[in-house]
Amino acid sequence: MNLNESTAHELLGLIKEKKTTPEAVHISVKKAIELHDPKVKAYVRVDHDKARPTSRANGKFPIPIAIKDNICIKGREVTCCSRILEGFKPPYNATVIEKILEAEGILIGQANMDEFAFGSSTENSVFGPTRNPWNTKCVPGGSSGGSAAAVAAHEAIWALGSDTGGSIRQPASFCGIVGLKPTYGRVSRYGLIAFASSLDQIGPLTKDVTDNALLLNIIAGHDHRDSTSVNVPVPDYTKSLTKDLKGLKIGIPKEYFIEGLDPEVKFAITAAIELLKKSGVTFKEISLPHTEYAVATYYILATAEASSNLARFDGVQFGQRFQPAAPRKTPIVDMYEETRDRGFGKEAKRRILLGTYSLSSGYYEAYYLRAQKVRTLIKNDFDLAFSELDAILTPTSPTTAFKIGEKSDNPLAMYLSDIYTISANLAGIPAISIPCGFSKDGLPIGLQILAKPFAEEMIFRIAYSYEQSTDWYKRKAPLN
Amino acid sequence: MNQTNQQKGKTVFSDQDVNYLGRLARIYLSQEEIVSLTKNLGGILQYIEKLEKLNVSGIQPTSHVLPLQNVYREDQVLPSLSQEDVMKMAVSPHHGFFKVPQVIE
Repeated sequence: MNLNESTAHELLGLIKEKKTTPEAVHISVKKAIELHDPKVKAYVRVDHDKARPTSRANGKFPIPIAIKDNICIKGREVTCCSRILEGFKPPYNATVIEKILEAEGILIGQANMDEFAFGSSTENSVFGPTRNPWNTKCVPGGSSGGSAAAVAAHEAIWALGSDTGGSIRQPASFCGIVGLKPTYGRVSRYGLIAFASSLDQIGPLTKDVTDNALLLNIIAGHDHRDSTSVNVPVPDYTKSLTKDLKGLKIGIPKEYFIEGLDPEVKFAITAAIELLKKSGVTFKEISLPHTEYAVATYYILATAEASSNLARFDGVQFGQRFQPAAPRKTPIVDMYEETRDRGFGKEAKRRILLGTYSLSSGYYEAYYLRAQKVRTLIKNDFDLAFSELDAILTPTSPTTAFKIGEKSDNPLAMYLSDIYTISANLAGIPAISIPCGFSKDGLPIGLQILAKPFAEEMIFRIAYSYEQSTDWYKRKAPLN
Repeated sequence: MNQTNQQKGKTVFSDQDVNYLGRLARIYLSQEEIVSLTKNLGGILQYIEKLEKLNVSGIQPTSHVLPLQNVYREDQVLPSLSQEDVMKMAVSPHHGFFKVPQVIE
């Protein structure tokens, strides 16, 4: 097997046994990028020169990693795949980047994404769409589509993404890999260019569950520079993997198995439930009664926060500035309006305007405040469910990967593809997507496991047990 | 925004509304964009109106999922970004200031 097709834990073993070197791994990944990325387009920037490993001390992880283009790396261009940030070079590293560098991780490149993470398909990128390694006519999901495709195409050993409404889990599902949205506050957001600050969370995209636990070990922890990061001890997440599942109780919310769920996805999830029963898990049908309101709630709160966060892109402090050819209003207002017109893409404008609307005078209570109250109801549904359950199991997405262009003219249809992932962000709870089968067309299907806040160990334990009793995660994308 | 736009509980979204939002958000919108956004945003707002079905009286809003409290500590002077580093990002720096087009006519 080629080195780039291995997992990080396999490679670390080989490096330790002196059967390979970090340099050989790096070269193998570099070759894969050269070979496949012209087709997949997972990366927007590849930087091999600054990526050479320095040492191979014990406890270090000299493994090539792809970084979503909304995480700040000191001195390198970071754009959120938006024209407005073209040329922006952050003067500091995000906390997760500091932690990756301390672990001697190799920053091989920055991965494509929907502009400012606004999307579920990676089509809303100023650099053009990324393609799904399982079928290059299909989207890789989004918004962390570049990160997911890079891992699935073995153009990275693992990757970081961010998840505001499903942006790690849905692309992981579409690309047949493992993606975790940690508990809100588990990973520092310092240096993550903000979309919706009360929902955003950075997380790992990996080839298997063990790697996911390893990468979370590296990036998790309290950070005084992020006032919403939580001071809860970070366990060694790999320790929980091999605990058996006897006696665990998992809920199946009936609201997730409704019209719109692809029969092939439903079949795969049902088969996964049967398999987990053999490991001693008891399943119970439950109700999360406010599920149908999650998408509407999310698109009020997330766009309101986005409209406020993106106000900083005004042509003064960072990125690009444009002035109209002929004056319209005053010189400064013309500059603001032209910069933001030409700097932002279609979906970014749509979301800024929607958020501006729900925060505007006369509409604030009817939209924003009401949505915050519904958020409470959605969170209460989960609190109640977890009072008697260890986890909840659902599909990650109602369908497999859709075709490029299929939903790009219908924003509402695109928003509804996040219907199963959004609630975890509203409730702040951790959730993972792991491969659980393939459609007849050979597209991956993802299984989502959710647990109470800071119960990532429980999620990894269930995910690992399921993964080890299947071989879905071993399949390789055909790249055609 | 036009208060007469509320008809039979359905939000009717007009070109003028979108134009006004563009002004609030400081985004210039072409006529073509206004027409397409009016349609898109109107459809999304109609979907969002399903929240009106819920009774939320007595429910506390959630702005944040964590039970965070104020953290008090002694004031400490720690290193931070230098002015020079910050100004490197500026679109049009001028002697340590951000230069912008004329503000007052």
